[in-house]
Amino acid sequence: MSDGARHHGQRHGGQVAGGLRRGLGAVTPGALSVVCVLGALELAVRSGLFDERWFPPVSRIFAELADQATTSGFREATFETVRSWASGLVAAVAIAVPLGIVIGSSPRLHASVKLVIEFLRPVPSVALIPLAVVMWGTGAETKFFLILFAAVWPVLFQAIYGVQDVDPVALDTARSFGMGRGRQWLHVTLPSTLPFIATGVRIASAIALLLAVGTELIIGAPGLGRAIGIAQSGGAAVRMYAYIVAAGLLGMLLNLALGRVERSVLHWHESHRTVVQ
Amino acid sequence: MKAWAARAALQLALPVVLVIGWWVWSESNDSFFFPPLREIVQAFEDAWIWERVGSDVLPSMTRLLAGFGLAVAAGVAVGLLLGSSRLAYRAALPLIEFLRALPPPAIIPFGVLVFGLGDGMKVVVIAAGSVWPILLNTIQGVRSIDPRFVEVNRAYRVRARDRLCHTTLPAASPHIFAGLRASLSIAVILMVLSEMTASTNGVGFFLVQSQRGFALPEMWAAIVLLGIIGCAVNAVLVMIQHRLLAWHEGARGSALSEVR
Amino acid sequence: MVLDVVNLSKAYGHGERSTLAIESLTFSVRAGEFVCIVGPSGCGKTTLLRSLSGLVKPSGGQALIHGSPVDGPPEAMALVFQDYSRSLFPWMTVARNVAFPLRRKRMPKAERDAAVAESLAAVGLADAAERYPWQLSGGMQQRVAIARALAYKPEILLMDEPFASVDAQTRSDLEDLLLSVWEAVDVTVVFVTHDIDEAVYLGDRVVVLSPSPCTVDRIVTVDLPRPRDQLTTKSLPRYVDLRTEVFSAIVKRPAPDG
Repeated sequence: MSDGARHHGQRHGGQVAGGLRRGLGAVTPGALSVVCVLGALELAVRSGLFDERWFPPVSRIFAELADQATTSGFREATFETVRSWASGLVAAVAIAVPLGIVIGSSPRLHASVKLVIEFLRPVPSVALIPLAVVMWGTGAETKFFLILFAAVWPVLFQAIYGVQDVDPVALDTARSFGMGRGRQWLHVTLPSTLPFIATGVRIASAIALLLAVGTELIIGAPGLGRAIGIAQSGGAAVRMYAYIVAAGLLGMLLNLALGRVERSVLHWHESHRTVVQ
Repeated sequence: MKAWAARAALQLALPVVLVIGWWVWSESNDSFFFPPLREIVQAFEDAWIWERVGSDVLPSMTRLLAGFGLAVAAGVAVGLLLGSSRLAYRAALPLIEFLRALPPPAIIPFGVLVFGLGDGMKVVVIAAGSVWPILLNTIQGVRSIDPRFVEVNRAYRVRARDRLCHTTLPAASPHIFAGLRASLSIAVILMVLSEMTASTNGVGFFLVQSQRGFALPEMWAAIVLLGIIGCAVNAVLVMIQHRLLAWHEGARGSALSEVR
Repeated sequence: MVLDVVNLSKAYGHGERSTLAIESLTFSVRAGEFVCIVGPSGCGKTTLLRSLSGLVKPSGGQALIHGSPVDGPPEAMALVFQDYSRSLFPWMTVARNVAFPLRRKRMPKAERDAAVAESLAAVGLADAAERYPWQLSGGMQQRVAIARALAYKPEILLMDEPFASVDAQTRSDLEDLLLSVWEAVDVTVVFVTHDIDEAVYLGDRVVVLSPSPCTVDRIVTVDLPRPRDQLTTKSLPRYVDLRTEVFSAIVKRPAPDG
């Protein structure tokens, strides 16, 4: 083989190997570390380092989870949690986005409601659980209103920031092209506000799930939170862990789904890195 | 002078109207769930000024600060590590994504099982649930440090310790503080939740006790107190942020004015 | 010779997609000299400076300081970057920015403070010690960066188009400031610029680079009298001749791909 061809072959082979290494490198560190951590936990329990009563082996937890996943009880619990999360979140967005845009667009209006919303926002919404229970009992209504109250604030504030952050130069440009207020709003303000709203929805989603599971845990409303609580108080440690893992997986799933939606709506905006307020 | 007064008036108008409205409306109507504001104020005075501060507020605040402090220490330390190493970050990412997606209340039964019903459990639960925004924001802050700063340090052969304390941490601090704000609200929520499930003292405990005893004015008073606590800790954090990040606000302000 | 550059070359990337930024550079700098490096845009001036300062490893050849090869940022060198706004730390005052590189020298605090005060005074910013960089104008920020390099007491001062981002008025002030500082202190300056007037005005010698991938086109000795002055020096016939020589050396050779 001539020198040139061999050299080219080597170079090509090197590129293929490099590409393969890079591809593997993207997948393996994360997967590897998950496997290692789970393996280490399993070893720690089996060897007696962690007490089995409080830290059952990972393998048993996943086996229990697989078992439970087929039961109707599990499906219902998951469904209840997801349903209350979704209904509360959607209602919160439906209220907070228009409200936030209106408030953000008017400095006077913002000034007049500022103290009220700034005070209500840090109120821990879980403090309202007992009140909600007294008023509506332990059913779905209670969860809905609690989640709604908690999830409204992040979306509201992000919508306000988003409207206030619109680039005045962009608005001036639109106006100089003869766009009326309505079209300015549609073509400049709204797209500029959307990334902020997306951030708000992301935060609100986590809060909504937190309130859903928290309420279920505290007052025994149907859902994953209640399942976890019952398992713990009944001494069924393995089942408790199984349901906790399920809650975590559910959380990841919801994050993923929301991320997909956000990416498709904001595909034009790439990664909008606002430091969260 | 007048402009300042006009702005204050505008901001205070709605709150004042709402409070007066609440007072009048709750006085006249007979709803069991909404006792007269007058009674709520009375109950607040009876319980929280200053009767139960030592027995309930103090334990609550201690747990909150201990848990949050632990979350800050762990979150910043681990965040600095993971932010500095691409490989470590990629390796840890799936685990972090899972743990931060886990709804914090789910940790409480785990805490009760392993740590019992005492203060230790509450501190651990508060820390474990609220560490994630700090961790993630610290990582983000470290990864987005202006590469020019790194170059300056290389060119002048700055020592590692000085790099960490005087470049990495200050440069990442705006991100870290944003994480602190989010974490603090989760910490407060977990403090209340953990006291509602498994406690013998604390404001959350008092809240649940009042509800069980159908003592509505006392319950409302506890809700108001929790609102005040939530606001107060947040305000303290904002004050600290303004002092430590004054340079950041100044630098951004001058950058923006250059652009415009 | 305090600085020797021998057959320095630098290529980015590898295999088929590598680009040659510097083909081969060879020149030397004497102690205490003021050497300017000019060349057409994109010819690799900044790459050269980064190789000299140890921030980047050359692909071939080497840079030698007192005979030892540069491998990582050398102790004896201080670097002044072009964009001052990103090279000064916004969370530190001017004084602390200047003092920061001195921390590794383990000087007693009093000595360090004195060094900081001295270099700030040398650049005319004694009053600005407790201000923050973002409170200062662009020209003042660059002076702080120069003060920081001076306080470090380097043997060699590398400057990467330091006055490119300031307006013309500020630029002449900074040029004269730099000359007065250089004359007062015993330091060798390697000054990279795209501004031919500036290069001839400031330097003892001007190294003219060819278009990318660059080599040394020629080295022009600037035999203008010192101290230099913006008005009188720039109206000397000899200045015009030198300037023309450098200018035509750069312009005469058009870039290969336009």
